[in-house]
Amino acid sequence: MPRNSPPADPDIDALRARATMLRRHMLTMARGQGAGYVGQGLGIADVLAALYFHELRYDPHNVAWTERDRFLLSTGHYSIALWAALAEAGIIPVEELVTYGADGSRLEMSTLDTTPGVELIGGSLGHGLGQAVGQALGLRLDRSEARVFVELSDGEMQEGSTWEAAMSASHFRLDGLVALIDCNGIQADGPVVLDMEPVGDKWRAFGWETFEIDGNDLEAVTGALASARHRNGRPKAIVLRTLPGKGVKRIESSEKSHFFRVDVAQWDSIIADFEQSVGAGA
Amino acid sequence: MSAAMESARTLAMGENETTGGARQSVGAPFGRAMVKLGQSRPEVVGLTADLGKYTDIVPFRDAFPERFFNVGMAEQNLVAVAAGLARTGKIPFATTYGVFATRRAFDFVAIALAHSHLNVKIVAGLPGLTTGYGGTHQAIEDLALMRMIPGLTIIDPCDATEIEAATLAIADHDGPVYMRLLRGAVPVVLEPGYRFEIGKARKLRDGKDVGIISTGLMTERAIDAAAALEQRGISAGVLHVPTIKPFDANAVAEFASSVGRVVTAENHVVVGGLASLVVETLFDAGIQRKVTRIGLPDRYIECGAVPTLQQRYGLTTAAMTATIAALA
Ligand SMILES: Cc1ncc(C[n+]2csc(CCOP(=O)(O)OP(=O)(O)O)c2C)c(N)n1
Repeated sequence: MPRNSPPADPDIDALRARATMLRRHMLTMARGQGAGYVGQGLGIADVLAALYFHELRYDPHNVAWTERDRFLLSTGHYSIALWAALAEAGIIPVEELVTYGADGSRLEMSTLDTTPGVELIGGSLGHGLGQAVGQALGLRLDRSEARVFVELSDGEMQEGSTWEAAMSASHFRLDGLVALIDCNGIQADGPVVLDMEPVGDKWRAFGWETFEIDGNDLEAVTGALASARHRNGRPKAIVLRTLPGKGVKRIESSEKSHFFRVDVAQWDSIIADFEQSVGAGA
Repeated sequence: MSAAMESARTLAMGENETTGGARQSVGAPFGRAMVKLGQSRPEVVGLTADLGKYTDIVPFRDAFPERFFNVGMAEQNLVAVAAGLARTGKIPFATTYGVFATRRAFDFVAIALAHSHLNVKIVAGLPGLTTGYGGTHQAIEDLALMRMIPGLTIIDPCDATEIEAATLAIADHDGPVYMRLLRGAVPVVLEPGYRFEIGKARKLRDGKDVGIISTGLMTERAIDAAAALEQRGISAGVLHVPTIKPFDANAVAEFASSVGRVVTAENHVVVGGLASLVVETLFDAGIQRKVTRIGLPDRYIECGAVPTLQQRYGLTTAAMTATIAALA
């Protein structure tokens, strides 16, 4: 399959519909086991919609296509969002989503690279950026045009390994590398425990071309992704300000917890509210 | 949804991995002991790397906020900062998960702490197979890794009583310690009157056919398996070895000599941990006994519900009883 380029003009309405599908899938998954990292997933849904249905070049029928753009989800427990995107993209069956987190399911709570479409094992946080640097170097050696996109969380910026990788990316002038930094303001012990601001200035200081946007605004996301296509000798950092639970009022307004669990009856009413809100908005 | 289905899921990071036993339990025994310590010893400080809520240290944080430091998700820095605090005379207790304390921060533990014999206590959650998150979160080889570090004391407590006692004891011990943590509602297994002492194994049950040498949460199962084996006419003794280093070789040799064959039971891979220590000890002492190793195989463990995985790898009381009965 030959590589093509992403379209110049994103179809924002179509992407919005995809993002709604991703959110619907995630609610189905979380309801299956009663719980999940659904707040984080909903927060990053718009970015994954923009990636999988606009920016990334890949072949859903051949996940090993060597010319594919890589998407590395470094934050392993964001798996719920990746499973939704892979199902919506036709890489894994939609019917399988309800098995999220169940015994024997390959849709784990935290990613393993044995599930199709997964580019790295993500649960030991702070691994993604360095592995993305390695993939970008390898693709450049192969004279491939494929690019490497890597998601990492605000918590992962506290790991030293992230900054070791950040330095190496600019040193090696990896302009086909795009880091998507999900600043959702939470981590395991609650709201971010170490102040990471000013996030954009940190990436700029490390030699990255940096964009800071609202990660739940599809026009802003596709706009930043378009700017990040330039092969100008610098890696690109897109700092995303996202809202945990985005699009599902009850989760948005819940105590901003790392993990969301309610009983099945509450899931049913959350899902009913969600369907009503997207129905009304459409 | 049926109860069976409800249990067959991967628990989330913060959830309690109860093993479903009939025993009484105590909530957050480590946190309780830390509050006691904080009151009696002003030099005790607490640290975590964004896993305070998940390692039961929150009671200490709430009681002594000025003596508690959350360094964010940065385990190498956690150990380095603890080392610095120890050099100013503090007694740091630093919590994270076992996988991150060992794999991520190994060099810092070996050099910043152990080489200088600094007085830091690392308390490590999710030991062995107590989470269904897969290889990234299951500290199945931590005892083996830590055992190679000179001068490091290593504790794998078996219940709430022992966690409380060991927390106090390691604070009194001058030097670096790695202690495995059982968190949340932790069962009470040991009889009243049990006394924990660093470096000492304790015989919990006499037996003559089989001697089970166990550590950590496997001791609860060893006791229950020994009772079940008695029903089948097999006399099984239990020696509980909470301190992995320094290892109580004398007690192990004596116990092994008194039984027909030996079974080791650990919540850890069967290479490099308790089984290896027992085999080395018997060899050194010239004691010939068959040794059967209950523990995890030398491979990465998959994701899944903890009870399912523990059953699959032979760590439940039922599986252990069957393994030992089949030896006779
Ligand atoms: C190296 C490492 N340390 C600690 C953990 C435990 N842990 C899992 S999620 C998490 C919070 C990290 O915050 P962030 O990545 O921003 O996640 P969010 O709360 O937004 O889901 C921590 C500390 C881990 N998985 N990996």
